[in-house]
Amino acid sequence: MSKRDRLSGNEAVSVAMRQINPDVVAAFPITPSTEVPQYFASFVANGMVDTEFVPVESEHSAMSACIGAQAAGARTMTATSANGLALMWEMLYIAASSKLPITLAAVNRALSGPININNDHSDTMGARDSGWIQIYGENNQEAYDNFIQAVRIGEHPDVMLPVMDCYDGFITSHAVENIELLDDDAVKKFVGEYNPGESLLNRKNPISVGPLDTVTHYFEHKRIQAEAMKNAKQVILDVAEEFEKLTGRKYGLFEEYMMDDAEVAIVIINSTAGTAKETIKGLRAKGIKAGLIKIRVFRPFPVEEIAKALSKVKAVAIMDKCDGFNAAGGPLFNEVTSALYGRADGIKAINYIYGLGGRDVSVQDIATVYDRLLDIVNTGNIGEVYNYLGVRE
Amino acid sequence: MNKKDKLNLGNDVNWKEISPGGVINEPGNSDKFKTGDWRSVKPVWIKENCKQCMLCFPVCPDSSIPIDENGKRLDFDFDHCKGCGICAEVCPFSAIEMKDN
Repeated sequence: MSKRDRLSGNEAVSVAMRQINPDVVAAFPITPSTEVPQYFASFVANGMVDTEFVPVESEHSAMSACIGAQAAGARTMTATSANGLALMWEMLYIAASSKLPITLAAVNRALSGPININNDHSDTMGARDSGWIQIYGENNQEAYDNFIQAVRIGEHPDVMLPVMDCYDGFITSHAVENIELLDDDAVKKFVGEYNPGESLLNRKNPISVGPLDTVTHYFEHKRIQAEAMKNAKQVILDVAEEFEKLTGRKYGLFEEYMMDDAEVAIVIINSTAGTAKETIKGLRAKGIKAGLIKIRVFRPFPVEEIAKALSKVKAVAIMDKCDGFNAAGGPLFNEVTSALYGRADGIKAINYIYGLGGRDVSVQDIATVYDRLLDIVNTGNIGEVYNYLGVRE
Repeated sequence: MNKKDKLNLGNDVNWKEISPGGVINEPGNSDKFKTGDWRSVKPVWIKENCKQCMLCFPVCPDSSIPIDENGKRLDFDFDHCKGCGICAEVCPFSAIEMKDN
């Protein structure tokens, strides 16, 4: 019942948006996410959706409009990148703490400065503690599939949190790939109607949203928010299972590639996983037991599952497309090594910062990381933990 | 925000019972917010000087001067009075005096 097509990542996500037919989309253009609201605006203009499209004057306003609309009881969506996401910052926290399941297409781009429009993960990694669920996708198909699932995950009664569907700017957002689209009706049936129990437009039960929360209540509200993020893990798996029954495409918290007998592995996010898989094919042909873990769900972070998946490897390189400036390692490195601590001790772990500001990463570049891991296994000497891949020395 | 019947807005509510997202679904709930402990000075009502002229109660920003069914003012609601002293300022009969709390 599906349809094969060839679409860019942004086009695919805008098609998902059309199929979902949300009540409100409020967005402001920024490269490389602009096409999402651009395509969607044409669907609105052509009468293909019933959505109220709000062309706002900034990303801060975009997220503010989304918060107002979602609190009013409307299923609401937006898209942004880099500095646009940064301008939303204040409101991201308010959306999450108000438990408003807004869906955001976060097209990853380097956060200024220096100003740069190309891909890395510094934008969404900066928003990692904003209380949003973050789901990452390697290619157009995953960006599309994750966007549809995001609606169900965020709106689940045990969760009620906003969700970012993150995919790489230009590499995924603008490259045209083959894709399998669901029928419009199948998407509508899968996402269903949004029925918030309480909303600002429910006259029978008036509510206040976003009131002052003093010392007596603030802490309890943050605690209930944290619980929703814990609950999200199971909901993500349940929604993925239902999605698999519909499409045959399997999703989890992360993808394990050639991990069954892997001795050396890398952990990576988004499109570079595709490059790394090519590297692994070459290494496997030479008898090297190389594997890969591609993170799909970064928030909530699958701590126990990652530790289990890595428990058999001898050395692992965690790849960050974002520097953390803590003088010790990137954000993914911190998360993975914390996950290993006390659960899978003794695994030699190193960090590589790669691809900042769109710096290309080749199959050969990734091969040098595996060479380094093999060297660590052979010599037992871990050497420098915090490394850069592809920077001119 | 999920449906919950009347939310528990009390000061002793635990995190499992608190309103998700900080939503308030009960009108008039500011009564539950006891602002009386903000007070450093308190108004004392000197009953024998009071002529029940009713100048004090409309100026109280915290509705802390209750009026009975006969239209007479009663003693202060110290659960909510913040001790601002506006009532003492408007009283023409020295029937309200500000004292240390």
